[in-house]
Amino acid sequence: MASASDWPLLDHVLRRAGFGATAVERDYYRQMSYTEIVDELVGFDPDTGGVDHLIQTSGYVGVTARNGVFAPNTVINDARQRWLFRMVHSPAPLQEKMAMFWHHHFATAYTKLAGTYGATEGARLMAAVPAQDSAGVRGQIELFRQSGLGRFRDLLVEVARDPAMIVWLDGRTNVKRQPQENFGRELMELFTFGIGHYTEADVYAAARVFTGWNLTLLGTRNTPTARYAFNYNAAQHDTDAKVFSFPIYSNGSKTIPARAAAAGMQDGLDLIATLAGHPETARRLARRFWTWFVSDVEEPDAAWVDKLAAVYLANDTMIRPVLREVLLSTQFRNPSRYFARYAWPVEFVVRAMKEVGYVGYSVNSALTPLVNMGQQLFEPPDVNGWALGPAWFSTGAMLARMNYASALATNQRFELRDQSRPYKASPQTLIDFAASRLTLPALPSTMTTALQDYVRAGGTWTGSEAQLLSKTGGLFHLLVGSGEFQFV
Amino acid sequence: MKVTRRQFVRGGVAAFTVSYAAPAFLADIARAQGASRRNLVVLYLSGGNDALSTLIPYTDAHYYSRRPTLAVPASSVLQVGSDASGKALGLHPRLTGLRQIFDAGDLAIIQRTGYPNSSRSHFLGTDIWSTANPANSSGTGWLGRYLDALPDPVDPLVGWSTVRELPHSLEGKRVSVPAIPSVAGYAFASPNSGAEAQYSRATMTAIASHVPVDRPHLAFVNGTSMAALATLDRVASVASYTGTVTYANNGLAQALKAVAGAIARGIGTKVFWVQTGGFDTHAGQGTNQTNGAYANLMGTVGDSLLAFYTDMRNQGLLQDTLVLQFSEFGRRVIENGSQGTDHGAAGVMMAVGGGVNGGLYGTAAGLNPANADGTLENNGNDVRYETDFRSVYARVLDQWLGADSVSILGGDYRKNTLTFL
Repeated sequence: MASASDWPLLDHVLRRAGFGATAVERDYYRQMSYTEIVDELVGFDPDTGGVDHLIQTSGYVGVTARNGVFAPNTVINDARQRWLFRMVHSPAPLQEKMAMFWHHHFATAYTKLAGTYGATEGARLMAAVPAQDSAGVRGQIELFRQSGLGRFRDLLVEVARDPAMIVWLDGRTNVKRQPQENFGRELMELFTFGIGHYTEADVYAAARVFTGWNLTLLGTRNTPTARYAFNYNAAQHDTDAKVFSFPIYSNGSKTIPARAAAAGMQDGLDLIATLAGHPETARRLARRFWTWFVSDVEEPDAAWVDKLAAVYLANDTMIRPVLREVLLSTQFRNPSRYFARYAWPVEFVVRAMKEVGYVGYSVNSALTPLVNMGQQLFEPPDVNGWALGPAWFSTGAMLARMNYASALATNQRFELRDQSRPYKASPQTLIDFAASRLTLPALPSTMTTALQDYVRAGGTWTGSEAQLLSKTGGLFHLLVGSGEFQFV
Repeated sequence: MKVTRRQFVRGGVAAFTVSYAAPAFLADIARAQGASRRNLVVLYLSGGNDALSTLIPYTDAHYYSRRPTLAVPASSVLQVGSDASGKALGLHPRLTGLRQIFDAGDLAIIQRTGYPNSSRSHFLGTDIWSTANPANSSGTGWLGRYLDALPDPVDPLVGWSTVRELPHSLEGKRVSVPAIPSVAGYAFASPNSGAEAQYSRATMTAIASHVPVDRPHLAFVNGTSMAALATLDRVASVASYTGTVTYANNGLAQALKAVAGAIARGIGTKVFWVQTGGFDTHAGQGTNQTNGAYANLMGTVGDSLLAFYTDMRNQGLLQDTLVLQFSEFGRRVIENGSQGTDHGAAGVMMAVGGGVNGGLYGTAAGLNPANADGTLENNGNDVRYETDFRSVYARVLDQWLGADSVSILGGDYRKNTLTFL
């Protein structure tokens, strides 16, 4: 059981490893010690605890069905709604948080898929749940939800075989006569050890390694059982040896040997194994975990990065033990790191729903605001993912955040009025109520003064029903739209 | 890259908050800075534009032999004459709009622009073009440095990005450029109406005016909110702009319409950023099909620029307006197996405006892989640069914006023969 002095730490870990917490969830976690919370967050079973069956039931945030149909496996906006619903309600928030992390890391955009195979196939390849798909298609995001805490090496192999990725980085046209460089380049530049550790010649060699990693259409075209699937096309594999500038094998050899076409898929597995186990990949991932979980307003702590990289390598590239180490580290728990990360638009939106309220609200209402804030799910701007930190905060995007706060507060104002009645004694008690519902840091006096002036503006404060309705909604708008709320 | 950029923005926060101007004076500042009415519109074609399909060497046999499925037939290119080396060149058939501007003498095409050891990475390449610094591409943007050098106090609308993310080129140490992807959406909402809504806006402004020096990140976000709140009303005045021409209903055309509105309404903005994507054409490039992907890109670019150009000309604003187009790299000479082209080296830049000396600048590459004339690199597979892109920037800074290119670019890249301005 956590003591009250630990509550800010609990709120901190729930904002970082999850998307914030409702009042009910905060009470639940307060019954546990910090280590117990971390073990529960990290130890989820991806095969149980899903919340999809709660969609469109009462007591939960709503979704909007178009023409009476909600089709999250085939319509991308419905897939977006489903993902937001999961972020709001999942009892395993780290599953969704890490799916978001990998969605950024392996940034793949729906538009190119839809442009290639049509809107329905695009949505399936991004988001279909296998058990709900007519042909068992597993969307890319389901791969991340299923395997996001497993071995990174295995995840890389699955990503290399993922039909969405194969369309996105043009692997479907990677053939021996003219190798296609797109995937091989990004595998090294963005997915593993990063720029500075490979040469232009390595890019060309990597392109040849993945020749023949193509797609095929299974089943009969334009029937429900048809689907695009990975296909190793041996006839299109370049069977010659590939020489790299870095060792591929433990004996120091930099050459992937010539292989018979039928055995040529091993080329890619060898390269991926090398890249996944490379110390620079370990450090790069650790730095990304620092930015994602600990702080994006200060450079990664070098000793921390080395330690996490060592955990990663000692555990055969398993992510789960690395994340446990992250959340238990003193650097993560240090109060100076509370609110030391700029909130991503999705984090901002979901946290606002969880902390302000969502009864009678539809996640569909958040989709356009998210676009205006610069983050549409399943639509990263390019393969490098989103630009983070201060880059989220253009004036237009900041206005979108303020205006989302206004729309949510407007939607929730009757609920908020009812809940605020016990706190109507004075402007300050009303402000304290609103600030405690939102897990905010201590507010500066300039802000509390401005808020008091706001509550008093327009007439003497009496705590009337009309005043409670306008001012409570108004306060939540101002607090959620304030700079303080833009950090997690 | 990203981390260092963040680091840099952080370093700029304190200076930004100190120099921030009170909203009441903004209109005065805008007017003062508008004394010189010249503006610069930067057009970024993101993804790496295939320069050889924009400006086509239609008499080079190797263009056809090395691009068997992607080459545009000589009969359909829009001929624009020959360059200084005598090479005949033509614009992509869908660039009819640019051809009109070229014929009017207001389009300069600068061939083989780039830099030594060109990066084939989108992200590093973009950072290099943004900072104008291949050696260290994590610092301020070249346009940010230009805006930083303007006399105090700087109006928040001195720059205007029409995309949601602030481009690296416009990142400065003290100037925070607003991102206004939609003029109509640039408004302040409130749960209540009437006087209550006014109280909300006043309170949000009071909250955002708190810029604590000991919390620079909060100060940065609050400063962004202040800039947004302070510019709402002037931006709103652009929302009603219709223009003298019809702008197509696509992102680029609509962005240029907003730029035209801001110029016509005298907002005082000096640098606009406009961007359009889809140029990372690894597969199914569609250069020579009626509705091919690349053909449509060219149609959008050419038609949008013509609309903007005509609108400015109709209002007598063309002499004050300069559009400068670039992309992070050109593409491979030889096509790949996916009817597309991979990342290459040198590209093509263009300048449009009433002050532009139109024509062809620089010389085209010879596409023979033997590379006897030395215009190729990477075993004859990529186009080697001839004009350093920083020389183009220098010309714009010195001759158009009246700035000092040597200090802004951190070196002397002036090139006397580059007389497009």
